[in-house]
Amino acid sequence: MMGVWFEDDPRLAVIGKRLSKVRHVIPVMSSKGGVGKTLISCMLALALSDSGFKVGLLDLDVTNPTAHVVLGVSVGSTLPEEEKGVVPPEVGGVKFMSVAYYSGENPLPLRGWEVENVVREVLAVTIWGELDYLIVDTPPGIRDEALDVIKYFRGCRPAIVTTPSPLTLVSVRRLARVVSESVGCGYLIENMGGSKPSERVSSIAREFGLKYLGTVRFDGSVDSAVGDLGRLKATGMYADVRGVAERLAEDLSG
Amino acid sequence: MHEWALAEAVVEYVRRVAGGGAIAKLTLGLGELQAIDEEVFKFALRELFKEYGIEVRELRIEHEECLLKCRACGHVWRLKDANLEEDVREAIHFVPEVIHSYLRCPKCGSRDFEVIGGRGVSVKEVVKA
Ligand SMILES: Nc1ncnc2c1ncn2[C@@H]1O[C@H](COP(=O)(O)OP(=O)(O)OP(=O)(O)O)[C@@H](O)[C@H]1O
Ligand SMILES: [Mg+2]
Ligand SMILES: [Zn+2]
Repeated sequence: MMGVWFEDDPRLAVIGKRLSKVRHVIPVMSSKGGVGKTLISCMLALALSDSGFKVGLLDLDVTNPTAHVVLGVSVGSTLPEEEKGVVPPEVGGVKFMSVAYYSGENPLPLRGWEVENVVREVLAVTIWGELDYLIVDTPPGIRDEALDVIKYFRGCRPAIVTTPSPLTLVSVRRLARVVSESVGCGYLIENMGGSKPSERVSSIAREFGLKYLGTVRFDGSVDSAVGDLGRLKATGMYADVRGVAERLAEDLSG
Repeated sequence: MHEWALAEAVVEYVRRVAGGGAIAKLTLGLGELQAIDEEVFKFALRELFKEYGIEVRELRIEHEECLLKCRACGHVWRLKDANLEEDVREAIHFVPEVIHSYLRCPKCGSRDFEVIGGRGVSVKEVVKA
């Protein structure tokens, strides 16, 4: 018996192994730009870590990574260690991986297939080890990174970030539908809203079977706290994200 | 070494397609762009195949030249002709696509170019024994 296979991608064969000790993958997504995905991803990772969980954070906004800016990581001087793969450096107790370690603050313009190549490469070589949570920041839109997240993180629980504005809701409803069709479950976080859930956001949660994790207040002090973990954790926004983290952990503990 | 992680990907792949049996011939491609250390890579492959109990009778490595093609003006050029600093080569070694952060088309200056060959590690052929 002889069999021959040509030109397949070996990286796909190892991704499952790299994630085998990761209990929960939470992609933070929104088809709308600028709604707070990156800030919430970083704060969620920090809050879960502060609660004693082992946490990783992956910036998968490949062409425009910014999580390192929120965390105050200077990508010019930090490089992940090499040890049978790439070991993400720890920032505030969180194992943090980003393409920015390699692209720096330079532009990284990529076409679709190139983005997928980066995603496959990073997932194939990053050694996460044992994690309770892997939080994944993603770019806006329902394109390469968003689709790759759904494709490669089987069993993940996407957390969709929205604001109560009508334009955001039109956009988020489309993503909510894709998530409910392809993943079957997920969460909704309302950013920059009022203190109570807005009816329009709650109704999207109900319609698509998403669990509403809470509201995060608009906090004018957050911009000046970016890059400084201590100040970030002192913001009102962080206090609200901690509540979101608690409800997330509670939902996944049962 | 980071080569180890990619060798592991190849071994997992081979194990999957060959179902654990012996391999008569395995042909791998190594693209110039990623600049994999061949000795380290082959060492990792040998160790991992041993660990997984897979016998590989013949291992062939084909080196592929890296060619770049500009999507804006159509110019085709060779990576060899580009002058890249050591730390840039190191970054590209980990994520080859970051070449778009450091290189532009020598003819028109665009970063919108394509790596048309010689990117990274590929499996060319697996022949079961
Ligand atoms: N709760 C908040 N309070 C005050 N400002 C906020 C809040 N959330 C987000 N912002 C503001 O919105 C900006 C964009 O946030 P962020 O970068 O996290 O959004 P994003 O969804 O990741 O954007 P992109 O779609 O570009 O990735 C922040 O720089 C901040 O100024
Ligand atoms: Mg963002
Ligand atoms: Zn050109």
